[in-house]
Amino acid sequence: MSMNRRDVLKASGGAAVYTALASMGFFAANPAMAAWKKEWFETKSIADTLKAMGISATAESADVAITSPDIAENGAVVPVGVASKLPKTEMMAVMIEKNPSMMAGLYEFTPAADPDVSMRVKMGQSSDVYALVKADGKFFMAKKEIKVTLGGCGG
Amino acid sequence: MTSPMRIRARMAGDVADVRVLMAHEMETGTRKGSDGQLVPAWFIQEIIALHNGKSVMTAQWGPAISKNPYLQFKVKGAKAGDKVAVTWKDNKGESRTDEAAIA
Repeated sequence: MSMNRRDVLKASGGAAVYTALASMGFFAANPAMAAWKKEWFETKSIADTLKAMGISATAESADVAITSPDIAENGAVVPVGVASKLPKTEMMAVMIEKNPSMMAGLYEFTPAADPDVSMRVKMGQSSDVYALVKADGKFFMAKKEIKVTLGGCGG
Repeated sequence: MTSPMRIRARMAGDVADVRVLMAHEMETGTRKGSDGQLVPAWFIQEIIALHNGKSVMTAQWGPAISKNPYLQFKVKGAKAGDKVAVTWKDNKGESRTDEAAIA
């Protein structure tokens, strides 16, 4: 065994925390979040992503806003914010059409959260960025083009 | 070892504005290192945000999230002094939880 003491402690510590959280219901309380949805992050097109998620119809909505610069100088760090004014917003996802893995992040909200998040993403090249929102059982989309002058993949 | 997150939470009207800066490499698995070999993927996959111990938001992330991720979200019905905790878990199974009080 080449595993040293530090690694063992680290591994067991991480597992213990996760188990503790799971037992407290953080993961179990929300079955959709029980595991990272690998297949949602491997799709190459909007159509494939929606299919993988089991979504058949989406509507465009002016109540979903994507906040980002029109031109990003550094594709490694592109600030993107998504906010939904739709009532009963349960889920928001950010997808970057021309990235190798187009799903960037997916957020699920309880009624205690305001559906308004910001993050920083990597973009390999200029691309359309989509926000997918689930509100009151229906799906809505918004789109914004972000131009990248320096790609964020491969450094 | 994991490094602590920096969590800043402050009230803006009746909503708490929470900003989190995590320390993580967020390797995509498609980048080549200086030796020409692919650098293995290593990124945060799951985020859980708690307000006074109750879940307010969960997130699933892909490798497209930037290195040392920044996340901002908003909690309704919060007040100054409340606790906000954030947990992340990466694809290697490591996780970390940090907590801050709303200012």
